[in-house]
Amino acid sequence: MGLLSRAWTIAQKDIVSELRTRETVISMLLFGFLVILIFNFGIEPGLREENLVMPGVLWAAFTFAGILGLNRSFTAEKENDCLQGLLLCPVDRSVIYLGKFIGNFVFTFIMGMFVFMFFSILYNVDIVSVLLPMTLIIILATVGFSSVGTLFSSVSVGLKARDVLLSILLFPVIVPVVLAAAKASSRVLDGKGLAAAGMWLGLLLVYDVIFLAISVMVFDYTVEE
Amino acid sequence: MTATSSIRALGLWKYFGHFAALRGLDLDLAEGRFLTIFGPNGAGKTTLIKVLSTQIGASEGSVLVGGVDLAKDAGAVRRRIGVISHNTYLYPQLTAYENLAFYGKMYGVGDLRDRALTLLEEVGLVGRMEDRVATYSRGMQQRLSIARALLHEPDIMFLDEPYTGLDQHASRMLRDVLATLHTGCRTIILTTHSIEQGLEMCDEVAIQVKGRMVYRQPIGAVDRTTFEQTYFDYVGKEFRWDS
Repeated sequence: MGLLSRAWTIAQKDIVSELRTRETVISMLLFGFLVILIFNFGIEPGLREENLVMPGVLWAAFTFAGILGLNRSFTAEKENDCLQGLLLCPVDRSVIYLGKFIGNFVFTFIMGMFVFMFFSILYNVDIVSVLLPMTLIIILATVGFSSVGTLFSSVSVGLKARDVLLSILLFPVIVPVVLAAAKASSRVLDGKGLAAAGMWLGLLLVYDVIFLAISVMVFDYTVEE
Repeated sequence: MTATSSIRALGLWKYFGHFAALRGLDLDLAEGRFLTIFGPNGAGKTTLIKVLSTQIGASEGSVLVGGVDLAKDAGAVRRRIGVISHNTYLYPQLTAYENLAFYGKMYGVGDLRDRALTLLEEVGLVGRMEDRVATYSRGMQQRLSIARALLHEPDIMFLDEPYTGLDQHASRMLRDVLATLHTGCRTIILTTHSIEQGLEMCDEVAIQVKGRMVYRQPIGAVDRTTFEQTYFDYVGKEFRWDS
């Protein structure tokens, strides 16, 4: 079995466990929906600046709900000390990182798409015309978010105040992802198309490549006791 | 180092912050030998097992397991060792079979289904292999943990307090498995508090106190009464030092 197939084995294990408990995705979705709903109460319908506010609402919901999921990612590995079992396997630590990353990507992407659909309904977005470009933005943002998030989740899992620490560690680092995703979404939701969001998509892509590579390289040090 | 050394640790130190859990510990165990290590809480037994089994790195010193330097090729060592701990390393939401299949894939075990079924049969769980581990009793989980550790047929076994929380049936099963492993010429290190279970089938016995081996004898040279006295002398001294 190669590196990627072993990583997929780890991700598959996480997905199967999640399908049985539905703890992570359901709580992420509920939290995301709530954030969008509460923002909706505060924004007057037909407000002139509504288009400026909308992408911020969407990505705030994505970020908060995403962190909820990341918090659970390595917590599940602590039960029965499964993380030690994983670390005892004769595979490179990067395989373990990639497996956890793929699992987090899947959960966060599903949450992102459902939150976007809920957002579209509440804010009267023509979902058909923006679905493809928004899916691309959500994919790129999810890769960046999950790559850094998986790394920091492994750092914070052994600590008592892990929920708080993960947020404190993660927010400053994912600012470029949230900023670029919100800016790109703003262009797309304004009907200007993907071409107008090119620079921001480029930024997301560069961020994804750099942080995924860095995370793979440093993961080994984060899981050492 | 003896010609047939399976495990050799030299000058092992392990610090957690300023606290030294291992203090210049030396250990040399020949191939196929079964060593039981006794010691009070906080003696560093679990730390020693974790260092020898590549779970944590030593702060100072060197370790050779099966002739392989841990610092140079931990992956090669991991392929040859099996670890049974009081923690089972099992995923509660997966079934017994799924757990074995998962670890089997990670270890690259061939004929995985046959191997998993054979082990499940041996630990008496084949009838419940499709049930989630979360529904298992502590004893059943530990039996499955034994199957997990043996999946890739390791020739060196580390057992860290494996009897913790086991009922009589599960303890007996673990003893049988250990006896089988030992006759199969595997090198085994067991840490335990239980003198009864620890002395049962080992070849050598050691006492670890404050991160050092303070006593080591072949089992043939150990008189049980004297050993118990020695054990309690060390543990007793340890308590007096602390107080």
